[in-house]
Amino acid sequence: MSDYLLEVEHLQKHFPIKGGGFGKNKKVVQALDDLTFGIKKGETLGMVGESGCGKTTAGRTILRLHEPTDGKIIYDGDVLFDKEKKIAVNMLPYRKKMQIVFQDPYASLDPRMTVGDIVGEPIDIHKLCSSKQERYDKIIGLLEKVGLNSEHANRYPHEFSGGQRQRVGIARALAVDPEFIVCDEPISALDVSIQAQVINMFEDLQDQMGLTYLFIAHDLSVVKHISDRIVVMYLGRMVELADSYELTMHSMHPYTRSLVSAIPIADPVTARKSKRIILEGDVPSPIDPPSGCRFRTRCPYADERCAAEVPEFKEVTSGHYVACHHLDRVK
Amino acid sequence: MTKKNPLSLQLKFDPEDFLPATNEEKESLVVMRESVGFWRDGARRLRKNKVAMACLFVIIIIMIFAFIVPSFYPYSYSEQIQGANNMKPFEFSAEEQARIAAGEKLFPHIFGTDKMGRDYAIRVMMGSRISLLVGMVAAVIILVIGSVYGSIAAFAGGWVDLIMMRIVDIIYTIPDILLIVLLSFALKSPLKTLASIKGFHWLSVMGENLVSIFVVFALLYWVGMARMVRSQILQLKESEYVTAARALGASGGRIIRKHLLTNCIGTLIVITTLQIPSSIFTESFLSFLGLGVAVPMPSLGSLASEAINGINTFPHLLFIPSIVISLIILSFNLLGDGLRDAFDPKLKN
Amino acid sequence: MSQATTDNKYLVDIEHERLSFFTPVGEVKALNDVSFKMKEGEVLGIVGESGSGKSVTAYSLMGLTAYPGRLIGGTLEFNGHHINDMTEAEFRAIRGNEISIIFQDPMTSLNPVYTVGNQIEEVIRLHTDKNKEEARARAIELLTLVGINEPEKRLKQYPHELSGGMRQRVMIAIALACEPKLLIADEPTTALDVTIQAQILELMMELREKLGMAIIMITHDLGIVASMCEKIAVMYAGRIVEYGTTDDIFYNPKHEYTKGLIKSIPRLDAKDHERLVPIEGTPVDMLNPPAGCPFAPRCDNCMKICLREMPPVTYFGDVHYTQCWLNQKAEAEAAAKAGKEAADE
Repeated sequence: MSDYLLEVEHLQKHFPIKGGGFGKNKKVVQALDDLTFGIKKGETLGMVGESGCGKTTAGRTILRLHEPTDGKIIYDGDVLFDKEKKIAVNMLPYRKKMQIVFQDPYASLDPRMTVGDIVGEPIDIHKLCSSKQERYDKIIGLLEKVGLNSEHANRYPHEFSGGQRQRVGIARALAVDPEFIVCDEPISALDVSIQAQVINMFEDLQDQMGLTYLFIAHDLSVVKHISDRIVVMYLGRMVELADSYELTMHSMHPYTRSLVSAIPIADPVTARKSKRIILEGDVPSPIDPPSGCRFRTRCPYADERCAAEVPEFKEVTSGHYVACHHLDRVK
Repeated sequence: MTKKNPLSLQLKFDPEDFLPATNEEKESLVVMRESVGFWRDGARRLRKNKVAMACLFVIIIIMIFAFIVPSFYPYSYSEQIQGANNMKPFEFSAEEQARIAAGEKLFPHIFGTDKMGRDYAIRVMMGSRISLLVGMVAAVIILVIGSVYGSIAAFAGGWVDLIMMRIVDIIYTIPDILLIVLLSFALKSPLKTLASIKGFHWLSVMGENLVSIFVVFALLYWVGMARMVRSQILQLKESEYVTAARALGASGGRIIRKHLLTNCIGTLIVITTLQIPSSIFTESFLSFLGLGVAVPMPSLGSLASEAINGINTFPHLLFIPSIVISLIILSFNLLGDGLRDAFDPKLKN
Repeated sequence: MSQATTDNKYLVDIEHERLSFFTPVGEVKALNDVSFKMKEGEVLGIVGESGSGKSVTAYSLMGLTAYPGRLIGGTLEFNGHHINDMTEAEFRAIRGNEISIIFQDPMTSLNPVYTVGNQIEEVIRLHTDKNKEEARARAIELLTLVGINEPEKRLKQYPHELSGGMRQRVMIAIALACEPKLLIADEPTTALDVTIQAQILELMMELREKLGMAIIMITHDLGIVASMCEKIAVMYAGRIVEYGTTDDIFYNPKHEYTKGLIKSIPRLDAKDHERLVPIEGTPVDMLNPPAGCPFAPRCDNCMKICLREMPPVTYFGDVHYTQCWLNQKAEAEAAAKAGKEAADE
């Protein structure tokens, strides 16, 4: 037993490509490779990266909504999945402890169900309430917890604004009284003025219920605000993991540095002064990722070694992990 | 500064106006729209569609004539009135005129009679009944087989899906009319023996041909439906709310029942409604070729077929069933379009 | 407007534009009395949330108002053209020529069945009398301009063979084909990754320096307008609630919504965890907008009058203006105080 609530070791997820060839030379999307980290109880771990970096896959694979291709998942001391030992436990009891909030509040709510039924679904599945009245009271309680009210229970998702729908999605996740929630880009689809409401709500709920979050987003400033530690992903691999202030202010990996500098700063004077590190080119396809360090095709420091060897993800200073061959030169 | 705001100086403000508003006052501004469920919303949209409503009205009228009126109509579809062959509309035979002269009250032959002396109006009504029944029964058969097959293929995925869909492809290539002709010959004798058994007498009333038409519908025509349902379910399966349900621990059965099927219903209604006219059309077409219902049972197609010989002298015998077929098919098609717009706007285009 | 000038030195001059969408469930007033002016070569940012009318404003300038929308009031002028009474043919002549647009999603705005070269050359030949070879040469020149390497090879590729960032570059190349006076960029980087967004924004600023066109940057990201724009219009529920230079908006915001927006975004350089200050409430239902100020239900300092009446415009200096009763109140109080002092003397 460690002090981690959730641990993943060498977690890997490859998706076979539909319509790809038969037999041996079947191509795969290497969505997630060698993910190893732990999340402490009550902590928020942020996960950032661009599209195709595997962050959404990571969140879903940890919950085993995708079956991992390889690796190990340990939750609260229980092994949920271990490829080597061929362990794959029934997830049903863990669905009460581990929940997920989705990015798109339009797509993640069944349009034919009322909000009350959506929030009540986990209650029905896990038979959490014995009577109708109890179920109703619990649903109203959950809605009030996320800033909605009983009037909203009989309405359909399309009658709500994006922010309100996301609240419904959160209420649904909270219905089972979870300990751990994967927040899969929960605010990217919302208007700026609404984002702060939802972020604050996540923080309040964490304080009230002692929740642990894996907070996935592409917006580094949001992740930095809400997270204790941040892991940066690039093309399915982790490139840097550190305390959130440390990571944004003293980033080591060339990718993280360009990511930090690429964020548009909402302050004209600072924005005019700041110099951006503009990366060349585009993110390569995860079907055929570059050998060695996957960032090397866009990295200004790359050399032959980067193509030959996969850089080790190692602790450079206390709690600050980086995967790069050329840390001295980057500094 | 004030120079630029001539407006603000002209307005006389009540100091009250600048008091902070209470929360209640602010909230009173935010009115939530009236709640509308899926069905009510769809029905509202359908009611606004004048064409669809007119078609629904026509269909209901035709149904009243096909299913209710014949039960108290003074003539029967198989009764041959002596000496009343090939009469024009509203004519009476010599015998009937004698009875009227004797003070009896007789219901007029609105559409006249056919060459066997049967009242044509009741035959058209019965024909419509058969055609509508064929259309609706066929649509239900197609709905059941197609949606079950399609949803199994989509939900299972992988090899199961691949094989099931290749079977669909093969069925698509079978020429349907040829199969109906072959089947009606092949099924003739087994059905006859079956009909002679007690309890299966209705088979001979319906006619072997009609049974074989149903068999063909059951064998062939569900493939289109199966494809539609499969693609719909495949799409829905990927939707985030299904993933959400899985993350909550919902079982496969629950996901199909609560999420996939309920979200398919709009599409299913629309496709089924559009299937009815095409089945009616096929039936009429087959009956016209003499492959339809057994005599003396009429269907709109067989009525038209019988009338074709006398087209020069008694054109109304052909026109009436043809107009009824067209009306039914047109109404169902337009109603289906209306339903699609109302319940499944995504399916447009 | 009191400071309006009659001469036509403005590239864009929109006054009191009103535009509504006549939907089956009722009239949606998408734009309510929108007025702004742009000089040549100016970069204007329009910020606002979805449904605030920021795209509709820009599209109406190109005559691209989608059905069932209709312009119902105001005057629009662009580069000497009276937009109000232009025909579709006249619009076609200026679109892609004097005024161009780049969209949010470069995949859907490029035709997948034509090569990149076809699409660029088509625009060039539509608006100039260049022949095929000249158009091709110009296309290569344009692709080089937008930073695409191996332009000859790219010309023969189809949109799906290019990455998102590359497609957006092609879109920009098409938009710039005839060196327009005004480029409308409708959330040009929302669909792109952060590092690619930085590339595209950098490119747009470079091109603007080279070609000197004016840009209307439509976005919801305050960070983008802070670094790119000279003037900013903040829109809420179909109105420009505040307009000013970038510094006015960021360092001296006068409207409660603008203030709220600036406060609600997390700062990357914050050392200690500070709680965000969100704007409470939900966006306006455009079918049933409130009678007074549309922001009133979400405003912390909402007053009784805000609920009833739309505030008039308050000016601060020549450019900066806002529509908020609080500013009117401050002015009224100042005037009263001045009046009182005058009376005392």
